[in-house]
Amino acid sequence: MKELVVLSGKGGTGKTSIVASLAALAQSKVLADCDVDAADLHLVLQPTMRENHEFWSGQVAVIDEEKCTQCGLCQDLCHFEAISDFRVDPVSCEGCGFCFHICPAEAIVMKESMSGHWYISDTKYGPLVHARLGIAQENSGKLVALVRQQARGIAESDQLDYIISDGPPGIGCPVISSLSGANLALLVTEPTQSGIHDMERVLDVCRHFGVPALVCINKHDINEDNTHKIEDYCISQGLKVGAKIPFDNVVTEAIVKGVPVVEHSQGRVTTEIESLWHHVNQALKE
Amino acid sequence: MIISVASGKGGTGKTLVATSLALSLKEKMKAQLLDCDVEEPNAHLFLKPVITHSEPVYISVPEIDKEKCTYCGKCAEVCAYNAIAVVPNHVLTFLELCHGCGACSYLCPEKAITEKGREIGVIESGHSDGLNFAHGKLNIGEALAPPLIKKVKEHANHEGIIIIDVPPGTSCPVVEAVKDCDFCVLVTEPTPFGLNDLVLAVETVKELNIPCGVVLNRTGVGDRKTEEYCSEEKIPILLTIPLDTEIAHLYSNGITLVDGMPKWKSDFNRLFDKIGDIIHERTGRLER
Repeated sequence: MKELVVLSGKGGTGKTSIVASLAALAQSKVLADCDVDAADLHLVLQPTMRENHEFWSGQVAVIDEEKCTQCGLCQDLCHFEAISDFRVDPVSCEGCGFCFHICPAEAIVMKESMSGHWYISDTKYGPLVHARLGIAQENSGKLVALVRQQARGIAESDQLDYIISDGPPGIGCPVISSLSGANLALLVTEPTQSGIHDMERVLDVCRHFGVPALVCINKHDINEDNTHKIEDYCISQGLKVGAKIPFDNVVTEAIVKGVPVVEHSQGRVTTEIESLWHHVNQALKE
Repeated sequence: MIISVASGKGGTGKTLVATSLALSLKEKMKAQLLDCDVEEPNAHLFLKPVITHSEPVYISVPEIDKEKCTYCGKCAEVCAYNAIAVVPNHVLTFLELCHGCGACSYLCPEKAITEKGREIGVIESGHSDGLNFAHGKLNIGEALAPPLIKKVKEHANHEGIIIIDVPPGTSCPVVEAVKDCDFCVLVTEPTPFGLNDLVLAVETVKELNIPCGVVLNRTGVGDRKTEEYCSEEKIPILLTIPLDTEIAHLYSNGITLVDGMPKWKSDFNRLFDKIGDIIHERTGRLER
């Protein structure tokens, strides 16, 4: 069983459209949407929900007004400036419990907080594990880890060949949680200054965690000079470019229709994604 | 006044809007751009600021004095993040898990723990042709963006207008960047992905009680559902930017929209006026 995670650093480079297409091309796989705070993969894969679970994680401090003597110690000590006027701001509270431990009046309790939901669904392309982090909630990294763990469990029990994960943008907590221990990272970039800058940073993160990477240049024809720069950079770093996908409105049309683009069009976008899947397989064998 | 530019979905044009808005405003007033997308800061690629100041940002993590430690286990017991484990005659720290809450050092009965700084990133500040600028860069392999975002916001110069470029998503880095703002501009595109993530972003800013309006980018493809949603929810569409090869090409080369196509300046000024009107209506404050 091999685990592929699709990342980009910069958002909006086409991760989800590519994952949805790989879902249609790959046999024997489970899909995982690791972008838990802005998940979109379900919009293309049209899942039927099989399981719906609550995600309880972390705690929030609550001050009991009756017991509170307004000594102010908690406010002075909180490193997150989450307490003012003897009230805890649940958005700023990181659930560390420092205030709970030090309150001389024992007026503070830690309450478990429900931070979201996670789901196991069936799609036409195979099982999908996805999630929705609650609004303004923390612990996205833990929810990502849970999504991956569930996907792994399904892959093992159903003896599937691949786990294909749609990763979040950025390089922080949820990205690290999506990436660590995966077999291959597919980095989807675009030939813009931002796309290049952000790909370089996420590549550094892959190296930091020892995950090999393969690059895909999306919308390569919007700026051929920048595409050449990316190709040169990849050569200098010993990285393969698995595909160069042209800009084409069929990608947006497929999103609007709610189908993977490879099932919507038989043009160059589809040919390139098919070739990308071939390169992914080669890279996973190495 | 602080205006944040956020989106939910990545790659919808936050940085395009934030940079062009800041550049349009700096001609009339003191203006500052704070790039709070510390995981992938991009505004500097467009503004090419002169960096005059650079400082590392630390979070406080425990350092254990082995001479004083009695391996009682209190620190591990109070740590909510599993960043400390105590085994016979050993204390193991996992500093990348530490949130820097300070509970372990304060509660250690032997006073064997001190807080030392661990660098998580850097803040760079400077200016770009009269526009004040600061951004944060999270170090590679670091998980915690919010403490760095908080530090970037400490560079806010409240004498003028502050534009914040927010990271994508709806979780803690977004909350840290958006909270305490006077207005949030949500940039989206007219596709099912854009709409799905816009709805999440709207819920987030509502939770924080911040008024918002939408900039619709790359109009002309996709569908009309985003506009329908905005009209149903009474969220004003403040500006629309068409899908246009010239705009895309400028962006790809790191050129801001108002530098490459100066006629857009008046659109961004109008966007600002509309925001001023909304804030005025809401609070009675006059912000022009």
